[in-house]
This record gives sequence, structure tokens and C-alpha cells, in this order.
Amino acid sequence: MNMVRFLIRRIITGILVLWLVATGTFFLFFTAVPVGVVARNLAGRAATPGVLAQVTRYYGLDRPVLAQYLTFLHKLIKGNFGQSFLTQQTVTTIIHQDLPVTASVVVGGVLLWLIAGLAVGILSATRARSLFDRVATVGVLAGVSAPTFVVGELLIIFVFVQLNQHGISFIQTGYAPLSQGVGPWLGTMILPWITLAIVQAAVYTRLSRGSLLDTLGEDYIRTARSKGLTERRVLYRHAVRSAMTPVVSQLGIDVGALLGGVLVVEQVFGLHGLGYQVVASIPAGDQPVVIGLVILAAAFVVAANIIVDASYALLDPRVRIS
Amino acid sequence: MSVTELQFQAASVSDAPAVAVQGRSQWQLTWRRLRSDKVAVGSIIVIILMILFAICAPLIAHATGHPVDTAYPDTGEDASGLPVGPGVHGFFLGTDQIGRDLLVRIAYGARISLFVGLLTTALATIAGVTLGLVAGYFGGIVDAILARFFDAALAFPFIILALALASVFHPNLAIVIGVISFFSWAGISRIVRGQTLSLKEKEYIEAAKSLGAGSGRIMFLEILPNLLGPVLVLATLYIPTAVTFEATLSFLGIGIPEPAPSWGNILAEAQNFYNTSWWYVVFPALFLLVTTLAFNLLGDGIRDAIDPRTERLFAGSKNGRRKRGKGKGTGGLNLDQAIMVGEERDLTVDNPMPAGEG
Amino acid sequence: MTDSLAGNAVSDAPPDMSDDTLVRVDNLVKYFPVKGSGMIGRTVSHVQAVDGVSLTVKRGQTLGLVGETGCGKSTLARCIAGLIPATSGKVYFEGKDITNLPRGTMRPYRREIQMIFQDPYGSLNPRRRVGSIIGEPFAIHKTATGPQRKKAVQDLMERVGLNPEHYNRFPAEFSGGQRQRIGVARALALRPKLIICDEPVSALDVSIQAQVLNLLADLQDDFGLSYLFIAHDLEVVRHVSDAVTVMYLGRVAEFGPGDQVYDHARHPYSAALLSAAPAADPDAAAARQRIILTGDVPSPINPPSGCRFHPRCPKAQDRCGIDEPALESKAGDPITHLTACHFPVETGEVLARADRREQR
Repeated sequence: MNMVRFLIRRIITGILVLWLVATGTFFLFFTAVPVGVVARNLAGRAATPGVLAQVTRYYGLDRPVLAQYLTFLHKLIKGNFGQSFLTQQTVTTIIHQDLPVTASVVVGGVLLWLIAGLAVGILSATRARSLFDRVATVGVLAGVSAPTFVVGELLIIFVFVQLNQHGISFIQTGYAPLSQGVGPWLGTMILPWITLAIVQAAVYTRLSRGSLLDTLGEDYIRTARSKGLTERRVLYRHAVRSAMTPVVSQLGIDVGALLGGVLVVEQVFGLHGLGYQVVASIPAGDQPVVIGLVILAAAFVVAANIIVDASYALLDPRVRIS
Repeated sequence: MSVTELQFQAASVSDAPAVAVQGRSQWQLTWRRLRSDKVAVGSIIVIILMILFAICAPLIAHATGHPVDTAYPDTGEDASGLPVGPGVHGFFLGTDQIGRDLLVRIAYGARISLFVGLLTTALATIAGVTLGLVAGYFGGIVDAILARFFDAALAFPFIILALALASVFHPNLAIVIGVISFFSWAGISRIVRGQTLSLKEKEYIEAAKSLGAGSGRIMFLEILPNLLGPVLVLATLYIPTAVTFEATLSFLGIGIPEPAPSWGNILAEAQNFYNTSWWYVVFPALFLLVTTLAFNLLGDGIRDAIDPRTERLFAGSKNGRRKRGKGKGTGGLNLDQAIMVGEERDLTVDNPMPAGEG
Repeated sequence: MTDSLAGNAVSDAPPDMSDDTLVRVDNLVKYFPVKGSGMIGRTVSHVQAVDGVSLTVKRGQTLGLVGETGCGKSTLARCIAGLIPATSGKVYFEGKDITNLPRGTMRPYRREIQMIFQDPYGSLNPRRRVGSIIGEPFAIHKTATGPQRKKAVQDLMERVGLNPEHYNRFPAEFSGGQRQRIGVARALALRPKLIICDEPVSALDVSIQAQVLNLLADLQDDFGLSYLFIAHDLEVVRHVSDAVTVMYLGRVAEFGPGDQVYDHARHPYSAALLSAAPAADPDAAAARQRIILTGDVPSPINPPSGCRFHPRCPKAQDRCGIDEPALESKAGDPITHLTACHFPVETGEVLARADRREQR
């Protein structure tokens, strides 16, 4: 029961946050610059007066701010993100097209970073100060220091180019959808996943290692051992579970970083996903797309945080009660 | 034994012997430890060299005879219009796709990156420490509001904010500095707040109040000195974050606008030439990596110099072997976790230095 | 004289103006709210830390305050010092009402009322130099600057038995006893009239305790100080105090001149406390009967009705659970010796045998 109430509270907070974000977005895009500029921005660089008029009508730019705001909210709630006056597609269509790419990147990347990070972290903690640990530590330091796009580009040079030069064409840039087969899809996804994961995995390795080492030093672990439980059981049933709480906490914070990573990875590897789209829309001056994707990103962050909070509450029952 | 009996004994005992050793301040001790840490010293040297490199950018341009924005399509591009490699035609590190000297551009890029990194971190530290102190010290509703604000800011996807701002106002330096400062500031505030919350319960704070000290005095003269260590480590570790953030923004085209060189936007262009001109990617990347690595190692080194009980990343160094006490597990990496998670863990700020105890 | 030893009853009369009363506490109450869960929790109940305490401290004298942990003595001290706001009741300093004054108005009084704390390691800021710590009062109240301040600080250091050349050292470089001396020097800087000593020697080794107590006694003579001396060690309190207050669970159990309370304890709690104190002479110790109190100290959130001590009292009867006993002199004691008990210990009565609760 507590869990349900907890979730409901979180969801309500989430909706509140989303509303705040939408409001902020509105004010930024529609009121921070003079109306004429707003119209031009929304219509795109090469807008004819006809298009400008169309835009003004569509968004109600000649009406008072409050009316515009309400229109804006109204459209959002109905799921209408507007349309790109540049390409004449609705933003929703664009989202549908690009989502699978981004989803592939995100899901694979997150899984990889979690699994790698936790695995190395746990192994490091259980073999503290061994050779494995030392090597992992150096790797972690290197990983933490490197910006994602640098890692991506270096991987391209040293892996992709080298492989191609030797005739191995499994790894490719660009995107091959699953419909073309798992093989090609993987081939285009592996390097992006590794890129996305490396920096984050490093962080999580350090975090889970530290957290697990702390937990292993606690008295109740010693008690579990003295009860005669096997080391493996002690580790997985008791230690890891409580060591995971800072990791889950961190995940919530990292959703923001994830978004940045996605933007970069799609850019580096030429994957035409949502990130690529939004980055391309800025110099092109295609504002409706930017607005739509910004709000979508915020929604994602909110949703992800709710999931993370729920996981945290599952791990640590104390949270549910407060 | 009753007190009267002991009184007699006490009278014959002289005052507790004064400590004979020359007392050193905590900062002096920290500095000595840092000095003996080879990795940290190496990092400091690298950072100084990088700063010099950035400062001397105009000199470098002068020495090579290639101003930063000037393109040399004849000497700087080969027959097919591609960049020339390192050492060719007097271009030490090669050129970019319109024939500009890469070394000079990297040097000017260093200026931007270091300037942004250091400035934003400085701003964020001042603002962050002040707000964190206020939130932690005053507690109550002030803290309730501020703490939620910090939490929200921490999870906030700043890159989205940068995107939105760049879309409305067109990419410029002000946006970069603003967004990065804001981002770093929230992280610092959170930790300072946590530390302040635990420090303000200390008895010497109560003593200060009983003397009549005002809030400002207590925050800045009593609490802050105990925070300087962790804040310094934090700031040092936030610098590479800021540098990376700026590079990423520039890479995506929403940071420093062309033609001003930033390591990020150089790498953005270099992307298209990875299979023909490796130097175009590798050299800027190298400079970026070395800089961030150096600051990270330095931060780690300072953290260890302040509190030798934390576990070193390179445990092979002299400091690593000189571990004190056992503690639980490593007991270390707490500052790390605190930075990452923003938890209010004990950063061992005021454990008395083991000098002359008893 | 009578007014200055006010009883538990709330007094509407104007504060006593007799010259030798420095501090008068009148029915002080301090409750801490216990909040329910959540950020804006409702107040569920209260910790009744101090529940109607009245006492006086006379000029140039020491009032000892004893009681178990949790009896509220530290809270009381902090209310008097103005560190915690009182829930109700009054604190008078030299006849003036200083209860819950706003910070600005309270400031001048802070020069007159100082505190020394229990923990020699926690009460000094580890990041500040000793000279700066001791000189802090001068800085706050702007009474001396620069070389003048340094001289004053060094004089203080010397006066408390520290080497003035250690002006620039950090607290970590001093022993526990020396750190307490630093605390004393700090408290002394502005020549206060009252120093509240919150268990100043509890954390020190026994031999060092004596030194510090001697120092405090010397300073009292030299500077005409008054002390409110809080401790749980009865022997220490006996040694230093002119008058003694025994507190139990937020209330005064007994109050009077030192000799009176120690030799003729009327309240069963005081008697029990005294019987538990270690005696120097082993023979005397063996001859003395230990009064063993059963049970734990009840929670201050839900204190017993009537006399708070009644569940553990060997002499308790029905009345004790209903009526709260007034603080007045009993059994022919002088007016200066007050006890809050319905069935005080008679002269010559030995409580140990009267305790039936032990036998189950």
C-alpha cells in the first residue's frame, strides 16, 4: 500500500515539474525575444511572408501572452507539438521516425554501463588491491576523465577505421534498423553503446566499488558470515543489495548526463535519432522541433526519475514511509 | 578517590608538558604531503604548462607565422583540398580543412577551455559555498526551499537548457558560461549544505553563539574554515567537468561559435576527416584528455593530502602505502560518493590532525 | 531573603532586588516539540526537558546543579544563557528580565554570561588558532584590536596556566586539560559576572580535573565570578559549590546550601544519589548502605504524574502519584533548604531497608 501512495505522490510531483518545464519553455521561446523575432524563429530561416503569416496564426502570436500560453498548453496536452515549417512534417511524425534509433542507443547503452560498471565494481571490491582491481582503477580514472565525444571519435579512428581497412565491415557508422536484421543493427550499435557506457561505467565502477567496500565492512555482514553463510550468499543477498542504494540514487541524477551522452553519440556516429535531430535543428533555425524535443526530453527525465525513485524505495523501505 | 586527595597530588604535578614540537598548521601539513606525492606534482606541472601554453598562444602564432584565423589554402591544403599532416610546410601539428595552423588553433582553444573552466568553477564555488552555508546554517524553511532547489538543479539536464538557450539566442560565450556555472554551482551547494548541517551541531558553534557571534560570523569564520579542504577538492574536480562540458557544447554546435576555436568545435569539424587526417582528431583530443586527466589526478591528490585515510587511486605511490588506521572497508572515496551522490557523508573535515594529541 | 529562594509557584511579584542575587530563574519551562513524519509534520507530543525550575545564583558564589543524564540540566543552562528560547518562565539577570530577548538586545548580556563546555575536543574550532579563539570575544564585541588584543589574550593565557607563546598553535596541539583552560580563558575574556560550567571536568582525567577545578576556584576569588556548575559527579559538586540544586526529570527535587543537602538530604532521590557516590574511605563506604533505585529513568515525553520520582521511590505512596509536591522546607530545615517531597527522608532514617520494591 505504501508503495502505491509513494508512486502516486511521485507522479503528481512529476506532472507538476513537467508543467513548470512547459511554462519555462514557453516563456523562453515566446517571450524572451520580440514577437517578430519569435515568428521568424519559429518559421525557419527561409520563411516567406506567407509562411510567417501562417506561423503567426497557428501560434496566435498576435494575441496577448496569456492567450498564447494557454493555447500552447492546450496543444501540448493534446499531444500536438506543432509542425516543422521547414520540412512541413509534424513534430510528432519526426519523433516517431527518430525514436527507434534513440531508443536502441539508450537502452543498450544504459544496460551496458550498468552491467559493466556494477560487475567491475563488485569484482574490484571483492578482490580489493589485486591486480584486477589496480587495472580497473586505472581504467576508471581514464574513463572518468574523457569526454564522451572524444571517446567516440577515438573509437572510430582506432576501431572502425582499422577494421574497415582490414576488410572487416561488421562495424559501421550510421544506423541499421532491426528490420534489416540483428547483425547489421548490432554492428551499428556496438561502438555507440561502448562510447556511451565507458564514461558512465567508470563512474559506476568507482561508486559501486566504494559503496560495496563500505558495506562489507559493516557489522551485519560480519554477523552474516559468522552465521555460516557462504561468501557468495553473503555478498549477493545482503551486501550488494544495500550497497546498491547510492548507485540507484546516482542513476536519477545521471539521467541528465544520459541525455547529453545520447546527443553526442548520435552526432559522432551519424545516427539519425532524436538527439541528432535536435542538434541539427538549431543551426537550421527549426524551432518547433527544438521546442517539441525539449519538452519530450523533460518528460523522459521526469519519468526516469520516477522509476529510479520507485527502485530506490524497493531497495530501501525506509524511504516509502517518510 | 575524593577530589580533596587528588588536589594534594595535583598541586605537586606541574602543568601538562607543553608540546615541544613546532606546531604546523593543517595547510602546511597538507602541502608537505602533496609535495611528496609524485602523481600530484606531475599534474600540477602539466596544468602549469597547459596554462602557459594558453597564455602564449599569440606568441606561438607569431613564432610560426600563422595567425589563428588565417587559412593557407596553398601550403595548408594538399592537392585534393584536404588538411596536411604534422611537420608539413611548417605546420607543427598539421592543418585543418581550410588550411589553418592546427597548433595555433589548439593553443587559442586552450585559452577558451581553460578560461571557461576556471571562471565558471570560481563563480560556481563562490555562489555555491555561500548558498550552501546559508541553507545548511539557517535550516527551517530557507533550507527546505533551497535544498529542493539544489536537488532539482542537480538532476536537471543542463544540456537541454543549453540547447533551448542556443536556439533562442544563438550560441555564444555568455550562454556557455551561464549554463556551466549554474550546473556546477548546484553540485557544490549541495555538498556544502550537507557539511554545514553536520558542522553546525558542533559544540564550538554553540560556544560562538554564546559569545554573541552573529550568523554571518559563524558561517564564514567558524564553519567555512572547516569546509575549505573539501571545497578545494571539489572545485579542483569540477574544473575538468566544466572544461568537458564546454567542449561538448562546442562540439554540438551550441557552445563557442565559429570561427573562435575551442577544442570542442575543432573536434566537431575534425569528425568529417577522421579517415584522412588522423592528426586533426588526435591532437585536440589529446590536449583535452591530458588537461582533464591532470585536474582529476590533482583533485585526487589534494583529497589524499588533506586526509591520508582515503584510499588512493594509485596505491602504489608512497602515500598509498602509508595508510592510517583501519576504519570500515576503505572508509575512503567518501568525498567521491558525496560528489556523485550529494549525500551528506562525513568528509572527515574536522578530525583533529594527529599532532601532539593527549 | 525568602523571595530570593523562590518556590515552584509562579511568581507575579516583581523580581527580587537584593544585591547579592545575580541570576534568578523563575519557573522556567522548556518543551521540545516532537514532530510527526513528513516535512510539515504536526506536533505529536513534547519532550518536557525542563518543567518549572526555579533557582538563584548569588554573586560571587557557586550554585551546583546535579542530576542524571536527561534530567534537563544542560537544557536549563542553555536557556539561562539564551542559547535556547524558553517555552515559558523567566530568567532575571541583575534584576532585569533577559528571557527570550532578541539577539540584538541580548548582546550586551552575553558579555556578562559566559559558558564553559564539557567536551574539550569539540568546544574549540580545530581550524582556528588558539589566540584567535581566545580573542574572539574581543572581536565580536569590538573591545580590543590588534596588538592590544594580542596582549589581552596572552595575559589571559598566562592567567589560566597556558604558555602565552603558544598563541599561534592549534587546539590539536594541546592536551584535554589544556583545552579546557583555553575554554576558560575564552570565557573569561570579557570579565563576565556569571560563568555557566556545563560539566567542565567530566571529560578529563581525574588528576587534571583537580587542576582545572583549582583554576576555577582561583579565578572566582580573583575576579569575583559566580558559577552555575553543572555536573553529575557529586563529589566534584560538593567540593566547589556553595549551594546545590538536585534535578530530576525536569524539576527541582531539592535545593539548599551544600552542607545541608549533602549531610541531610531530604529527598529520597538525593539520598539515593548520594549513597551511590564513591567514598574515599573504604571503611566508610562499607558501612554505608547503598540505596538501589529500581527501574530506568522515565521518558521526558511522558513523565509520571504527580511527583515524577514516585515510580522509583522507596517511600512513595498513593498521594505521590496524584499531587505534585511543592518545593518548601521540610522537617524543620532552615528556610534555605527546600525539598519537593511529600514524605521526605527523616533525620536518621535509612532508606535502604525501606525499599520493598527490590524484593520480588
